[in-house]
Amino acid sequence: MYPAKFDYLAPESLDDALSILAERGDEVKILAGGQSLIPMMKLRFARPSTLMDINRLPDLSSIDVANGHVRIQALARHNDVVRSEVVDSENALMASAAPWVADPVVRNLGTVCGSVAHHDPEGDWASVMLALDAEVIATSKEGHTQFHPGSDGDRVTGGERVIPITQFLVDMFTTSLHSTELVTEIRVPRYERGGGDYQKLERKVGDYATVGVAAHLELDADDRISRAGLALTSVYPSNLKVDEAEELLEGESPGEELFAEAGRIAAAACDPTSDVRGSADYKRHVVDVFTRRALSKSLEIAQGGQE
Amino acid sequence: MNISVTVNGTEHSAVVEPRLLLVDFIRSKLKLTGTHIGCDTTSCGVCTVLVDGTPVKSCTYFAVQADGRSITTVEGLKQNGALSPMQEAFKEHHGLQCGFCTPAMMLVGTALIADNPDPSEDEIRFGISGNLCRCTGYVNIVKSIQAAAATTREGASQ
Repeated sequence: MYPAKFDYLAPESLDDALSILAERGDEVKILAGGQSLIPMMKLRFARPSTLMDINRLPDLSSIDVANGHVRIQALARHNDVVRSEVVDSENALMASAAPWVADPVVRNLGTVCGSVAHHDPEGDWASVMLALDAEVIATSKEGHTQFHPGSDGDRVTGGERVIPITQFLVDMFTTSLHSTELVTEIRVPRYERGGGDYQKLERKVGDYATVGVAAHLELDADDRISRAGLALTSVYPSNLKVDEAEELLEGESPGEELFAEAGRIAAAACDPTSDVRGSADYKRHVVDVFTRRALSKSLEIAQGGQE
Repeated sequence: MNISVTVNGTEHSAVVEPRLLLVDFIRSKLKLTGTHIGCDTTSCGVCTVLVDGTPVKSCTYFAVQADGRSITTVEGLKQNGALSPMQEAFKEHHGLQCGFCTPAMMLVGTALIADNPDPSEDEIRFGISGNLCRCTGYVNIVKSIQAAAATTREGASQ
């Protein structure tokens, strides 16, 4: 299988990359890891006339802590997250999810930012980011102004735009990113006492999730849940943040009964389809069980005083 | 586009279409056919090569992306004309049957023990989980990588 012909650009500075997007962004697809994009191009589901490879941009591979956030830059690979000491000590949910993404060889190239920007509705990272209330940093050429049809026709001026993940993810394979913008970073808030867990059922390594559940809990000084995050993979037309379960959990003392209720809510909120990976009923049951397990594990980590 | 890629220590310059896949650059342009094409959909991993030491599925990577980089294929594993410890171990422990996945398995194994000189069985199984073998059931592949790790450690301590 071969992609349709395209022009290839490999800018060596962010400024050059943003200039290209400012001039001809609507015809450009951005190549980071390419582990979803290239297969789609080979199937000719994607036929960009220009491919802009950002792998030669400097200083865009960090995973670090800045301004109260853990930030993951555009060229940080899934395996960089797997190996990251920052993630290991700062964010249990991301640390738990990373080894489940794709397979080890694909993880060497695929990026977290690319995965979220691609927004495959069955991708793991979008659920993780929904549970963590992540923000996407979209960067465009300074001073560039563009009509933004997604938000009642207001105008957005360039530089860095901070987009809450719930507003970034619009629909399957669709985000609120402008054609002039590059996702340069995804960041999640740091926490004092918290924990998280990703539960994934897959038929084999590298397969999409049959069911994925991302959970995150933060505890206050009285051991009550001060913040809860819960999002589901592969059981809805898109990644699904279960607001109702989060609201149930927040302010409560954690416990089995509470988590069981959250599991029931999550199972009711999802809308899986019967397919080769399992029946809808089965998947719904797994959502229930995984939600309880992921919340229990999150609590265990939070109570373990994860630094 | 003009690219210059170092493959197994030798620099190759070529004019390629941007859409040329790295696996086809290696097989068709350089005639290095030890790198195989299996599923062509980023699943099976038989096309795995090392790009700057890191395993990459060369069916999902354009040759132009490799411009200025260093590639190792199975043909580049031998050291001073002799089999590398990984190749020797696959031969010794029969880490193959049909041999189709073997070049990729040896490259992934080589990268794995460079990163983790004493991997556990679980770590090896996790590490090769992006590469499919339809013959062996993986048992002898795991044994081979363990043996190569041991040989390499002994070599390093001497």
